[in-house]
Amino acid sequence: MTPRLAVKDLSVRFGTDEGEILAVDRMSFSVEPGEVLALVGESGCGKSVTAMSVLRLLPSIASVSGSILLDDTELTTLSTAEMREIRGRDISMIFQEPMTSLNPSFTIGFQIGEVLRRHEGMSRRQARERAIELLELVRMPAPRSRVDEYPHQLSGGMRQRVMIAMAVACSPKVLIADEPTTALDVTIQAQILDILRDLRARVGTSIVLITHDLGVVADIADRVEVMYAGHKVESGPVDDLFANPQHPYTVGLLGAVPRPDLAGGIQVRLQEIPGLVPVLRSEPEACVFAPRCVRATAECREAMPPLELLQPRQHAACFHPGSRVADYSEGVSA
Amino acid sequence: MTTAALAVDNARAWRARRLFRRFASRPPAVVGLVGVILVVLIAIFAPLISPYDPAHGDYNHVFLAPFSAGHVLGTDDLGRDVLSRILQGSRSSLSAGLAATLLAAVVGVSFGLLAGYYRGPLDTIIMRATDVMLAFPFLVLAVGLAAILGPSLNNAILALAISSVPGYVRITRAEVLGLREQDYVQAAIVNGAPDRVILFRHILRNCVSPLVVQASITIPTMIIGEAALSFLGIGVQPPTASWGIMLSSAQGYISQAPWYALIPGVAIAITALSFNLLGDGLRDILDPRATK
Amino acid sequence: MSENVLEVRQLKKYFSLPRSSGGTVHAVDGVDLTIGQGEVVGLVGESGSGKSTVGKCIVRLLEPTEGTIRLQGRDITTASRRQLRGVRTEMQMVFQDPYSTLNPRMTIGDIVAEPLQLHKLARGRELDTKVAGLLDKVGLASHLRHRYPHELSGGQRQRAGLARSLSVEPSLLVADEPVSALDVSVQAAVLNLLMDLQRDMGFSCLFIGHDLATVEFLCDRVAVMYLGRIVEEVNTTDLFRAPKHPYTQSLLSAAVVPDPKLQRTRQRIVLQGDIPSPINPPTGCTFHTRCPVAQIPLCSDTSPALTDVTGRSHFASCHLITADGTAPDVTHSQTTENAWSKN
Repeated sequence: MTPRLAVKDLSVRFGTDEGEILAVDRMSFSVEPGEVLALVGESGCGKSVTAMSVLRLLPSIASVSGSILLDDTELTTLSTAEMREIRGRDISMIFQEPMTSLNPSFTIGFQIGEVLRRHEGMSRRQARERAIELLELVRMPAPRSRVDEYPHQLSGGMRQRVMIAMAVACSPKVLIADEPTTALDVTIQAQILDILRDLRARVGTSIVLITHDLGVVADIADRVEVMYAGHKVESGPVDDLFANPQHPYTVGLLGAVPRPDLAGGIQVRLQEIPGLVPVLRSEPEACVFAPRCVRATAECREAMPPLELLQPRQHAACFHPGSRVADYSEGVSA
Repeated sequence: MTTAALAVDNARAWRARRLFRRFASRPPAVVGLVGVILVVLIAIFAPLISPYDPAHGDYNHVFLAPFSAGHVLGTDDLGRDVLSRILQGSRSSLSAGLAATLLAAVVGVSFGLLAGYYRGPLDTIIMRATDVMLAFPFLVLAVGLAAILGPSLNNAILALAISSVPGYVRITRAEVLGLREQDYVQAAIVNGAPDRVILFRHILRNCVSPLVVQASITIPTMIIGEAALSFLGIGVQPPTASWGIMLSSAQGYISQAPWYALIPGVAIAITALSFNLLGDGLRDILDPRATK
Repeated sequence: MSENVLEVRQLKKYFSLPRSSGGTVHAVDGVDLTIGQGEVVGLVGESGSGKSTVGKCIVRLLEPTEGTIRLQGRDITTASRRQLRGVRTEMQMVFQDPYSTLNPRMTIGDIVAEPLQLHKLARGRELDTKVAGLLDKVGLASHLRHRYPHELSGGQRQRAGLARSLSVEPSLLVADEPVSALDVSVQAAVLNLLMDLQRDMGFSCLFIGHDLATVEFLCDRVAVMYLGRIVEEVNTTDLFRAPKHPYTQSLLSAAVVPDPKLQRTRQRIVLQGDIPSPINPPTGCTFHTRCPVAQIPLCSDTSPALTDVTGRSHFASCHLITADGTAPDVTHSQTTENAWSKN
């Protein structure tokens, strides 16, 4: 199957007051039609920057190189006007903050309809009818009356639903969801995850899910890419990666989440990963994770390990792969 | 020196260097700073560097054009050396700018702190009073107050200071309203800190950046205000030189000696611009919200 | 008999809205809570449940509308600020936001020293030694005491906040979501630290949170809040093994587990709708509007009392829990698939 979205050798640099920052370094990934791909990592790992660069939404201080193919269209060379056509129609995005992503002075029906009027050339009346259908699709209660309400009249969960309705209005090929449930309560998160699952099944949308929550990944993702300091450090199908993580960062992340259910209710300690995500200024000459890694050896401090196929479908960038639990030393400041 | 002390020094030096680098990377701010330093130096050393006594008239040489022999900027209607008068005038301009700003800041910040921290009726009274003052344009209010207080430099400073108090009250109050909800203020309350500790250590110290910015915006306004009051005859009194008085006496001779009006005008403009540029630069480096 | 460190009885906190919109927010509506010596009690709930308001009332950052709060037997509900000053060393709070919890203009050392200075517990060299000891205790390198908060990472700031709170050796620590703003790996480190410190220093702790796994990891006992009331309260093991209240059951089933095989085969109850507004909370049982098993009119008319449903201190407030302590079966009444077929 040809991938729906293929990103190859994507690098993003930011010019700042304090010098250049390499936010993403030669990142490649692809999403099949109808697949949910999770980009996982902690803040500062470059996962949101990767997503924003696909939509070409980064500020002007960013310089992007590499190739981004949507079906057969190379996105990096499109004009601004052509890109505007792609956004919202072929690729759309939902953000973490549903409070600020909607315009407070228009009704939600108008805002959903706007996308349809622009991309599908619908009339006002048609757009409104379709907006109601979309609100039904995202399981908004009483969509016929809600369609004329303003964002401030809605709860956080409902606003996120409106965002999703807008994002899928034109049945996009790819939906990029940047921490879509992070700001929401668990019972609302469950509703939103169900809606995303439903969309994938019905519309066949490919979803790129950006999250730090491994529970959400386990719930909905088909494949996972683990990012660390702008680099892909591990990737694989969700079941394999969770059952048999290879990169010490992935191992550490999985061990850091409290799992009293596994320990029979008595869990003594959580895995810690001492230290911080580094800010890279240039292409690394050592493994980016080495300073925080208990497995690190001289070899790791001399070169960034390449991404290698370790299991049938699982890659990791590590000289010492393996799923054994790393015994991180305690008491180092976080 | 102990290692701990060294660590303090290193951390401080590093922070200072970083602030300096950020400042130095903004050419307009550097130009402003240089301008301000120059004006301050001129004001301090005015008596030493003046070629003539600024009050001494020479009726044989009135309205000499600039660059005439012995008078680089020419002479005025009474034959006084314009350069010497400009130099002396910088003193009243600067002292008015700085003193009035300081006075306004002290009073305004105090009221702003009280209003924002205690809220309630006190807040209502203070804010309504500032609303009333803000209903008058700055200069109209200053002129009115100066006229009531009587003409002198000190009264002009007082009038200008009172007129710009409301700005400080508002800015401080707005800052305090935001800061009192910060968790570290809440933590201080949980720790049983008395009001004065909370107000000064936890709130006032964190209002400093916006206040410094406000001050650097007020100073040029004050300088122009002093010139305006002196121009109207309710500020600095002759024979002391002031840029405002020079402008005022020059307006009668605008066709014969245009430079006479131009020179103090340029002096006011350069000084005000320097402070403005410096203020913009300070805002950029002090206020993280203003940075990109 | 050892005395309880904290006893909260019928705590209520109402906020009146501005006259224009009218109404009253029933943020906390009759909460009873007891924390014993050295006990860690979790208070969980979703946003709007009033859990943070309970915490703020206990440390008297908010004035309770009704009810009593007793700290080590002393009624502090109406103590004045001056009277409270003496009690402040007994109760401390850690906050959620690592960015606003520390005064940006003070060094870490000064921040940690402040409570000791305010209460005149140490000065001069002794103060220095104490601060150094505290920083060491929370795992901060000693050179960090001369740093300013913005030079520290989120995890380090939370550690400094902990050091500040624990400097006066309180008997009660109210921790209001202290890790929810942190990254996963940092969360783990701070949680480990909090657990170690609690074990070593023996303070009682009210841990307010929304993440069930965290609460399960850390707490001895858990109280679940919904719309200003505690709906279930029991020791941690029983809560997670045999939740009684339909809300607790749904909450537990909605939480995601980082294990794809387990997560995808779990019975899940997806609650419909949002948490109702605390301005006009539903009548009767406040959960009846979202409850999959609610029996109208019973649940919408009468408010169930929080009672011991098993005789082993398992408190829950639900009409449908039978006399022998059997919980209503929520999973079979409405599953995700059922919700689907409507579309």
